Amino acid sequence: MKNLFWHLLLTVLIFSCNDDNDGNGLRNITVDFKFTHTWDGAVINDSNFTTSVVTNANGETMTIARLRYLISRIELFNTQGDSFTFDGYKFTDLSDTTTYDFSTNNAIIPSGTYTLRFIWGFNEEDNLDGAYPDLNSASWNWPEMLGGGYHFLQLDGMYNVDSSPSPYNFHNGTARLSTNPNVFEQNFATIEFPEEIVLSENATIEIVMDIAEFFKNPNTWNLNVLDTPLMPNYNAQKMMQENVRTVFSLGTVSQ
Amino acid sequence: MKKRIFIILLLLFANCTSDEQGYQPTELPIEIPEVFSTYLIPPVIPADNPQTVEGVALGRKLFFDKILSADGTQSCASCHSPQNAFAENLPTSIGVDGISGTRNAMPLFNLAWNYGDRFNWDGSALSLERQAEEPVENPIELHSDWNNVVNRLQNHPEYPELFQLAFNTSTITKELTTKALAQFERTLISANSKFDRYTLGQASLTPQELNGLDIFLREDKGDCFHCHGNPNNPLWTNNDFHNNGLDATFTDLGLGAVTGDPNDNGKFRSPSLRNLAYTAPYMHDGRFATLDEVIDHYSEGLQNSPTIDPLMKQIAQGGVQLTAQEKADLKAFLLTLSDPSFLNNLDFQN
Repeated sequence: MKNLFWHLLLTVLIFSCNDDNDGNGLRNITVDFKFTHTWDGAVINDSNFTTSVVTNANGETMTIARLRYLISRIELFNTQGDSFTFDGYKFTDLSDTTTYDFSTNNAIIPSGTYTLRFIWGFNEEDNLDGAYPDLNSASWNWPEMLGGGYHFLQLDGMYNVDSSPSPYNFHNGTARLSTNPNVFEQNFATIEFPEEIVLSENATIEIVMDIAEFFKNPNTWNLNVLDTPLMPNYNAQKMMQENVRTVFSLGTVSQ
Repeated sequence: MKKRIFIILLLLFANCTSDEQGYQPTELPIEIPEVFSTYLIPPVIPADNPQTVEGVALGRKLFFDKILSADGTQSCASCHSPQNAFAENLPTSIGVDGISGTRNAMPLFNLAWNYGDRFNWDGSALSLERQAEEPVENPIELHSDWNNVVNRLQNHPEYPELFQLAFNTSTITKELTTKALAQFERTLISANSKFDRYTLGQASLTPQELNGLDIFLREDKGDCFHCHGNPNNPLWTNNDFHNNGLDATFTDLGLGAVTGDPNDNGKFRSPSLRNLAYTAPYMHDGRFATLDEVIDHYSEGLQNSPTIDPLMKQIAQGGVQLTAQEKADLKAFLLTLSDPSFLNNLDFQN
């Protein structure tokens, strides 16, 4: 009799542990993110990014030697307006495929219909000089005299590669408006996707970065004028902030 | 008679128990300096080669012992001298046969913070343990043979016991020898420069040194920091591989010879800027005798080539075009990264 009681108790406990429903027919699901990279639709990855010759909107032929970028505060909103922010930030190095995907420990949300947004770079609250050992160790810092904190983007390569190759350093971070005294402007961007994402099972959401968009929309980038140095160039920094808004798009949602 | 055999067996058993089963070498965790623990992720210690007191002591003895060379005339320390921050004051090293190599001996410090775990100028060694293998047999270095080295160590009056203490076995192997060397090398930590003390609020920099830091960090001036760290990355290197414009054509392919990728030709690992005061001459082939020559190179001596790093942004002008005053200021800052206490640390001496 005693054994039967413990069996019944255990059975009840196991069932309550397995029950993902929250009483409203919703299930708890996990969400991961997968980032893919293209140039005007052609896939760019670790195996081809240093050898691909691409053409930007201004007609300049380009190569990419290095592409690293930072996003943070990945956030899903459901139709009730509830927000689910995923811990941590995502530092991607195109030469390292292990940095392409993003998973966090707190990526469990109720099933439902969501929209997605994240921050390009760090916002003012997060962009703290020297605060993140992993980013310091990757030499990702943005110099103090330019406002400190961290790079949002490092895109290096050569342009006019079909005629007379020249270097470009397309680096994005805090914008310095003026010196004496130094006046800085936050330069992050909130990237929002209008599409509704219906999540009913554990899901992987693909986000596509079209690198060509950095040079296209709304500002057609002329590398012959703006190649380097761009970090202390306020106008260049603000143009990058404007152009990054169309760089990302929602890809497939697997579940 | 039976009693005697029993006693012998008992003694043998007791001996096996104490030597093979009960004994463990003493753990010796890496002492992480404050400037590293504050700003950097933890160092890389392989799970199969933990730091121990006995392993480090053995590694230190091996590092300074000429027994590793073919004719007993050179040790690791012959080309990696403590007084030169474990580098050498010759452009390229001369091996036991008097033959000069093609590379400058790299300084040895803060090696456990090389997160990519690729060593040598060309990244040819994929761990510190593997790095320690190569010079022993290289014909233009110690020109020895690992089988001979292991035999010599095995027949040495002290080493079997030292291996027993370090690794719980007196059977010496190449793998255990390089593990011990790597353990010692991981203790070579340099984090007590004037700039480190400035970071910790214990020292101040002169106006010239501060101006030099400004030039180091400014993208429109030196722009050194993209490859050589910054106040928040006190390694003063990214340990990555770059073509920094030394040559228009390559006699040494560097990383390209290792990967076989022509895109890597002419790329070499960025060395740390710590301890520059003690590590002349500079570059992978020791071509620059002084720090002034190095700064001149980046200012107006760059050579273009197909794999030039785009961070050499003013390649068309030959470099970043610093004034004489800017060069002097930059040099003053760079010298604040040198750490005299590293040279004199008794733990690192023979």
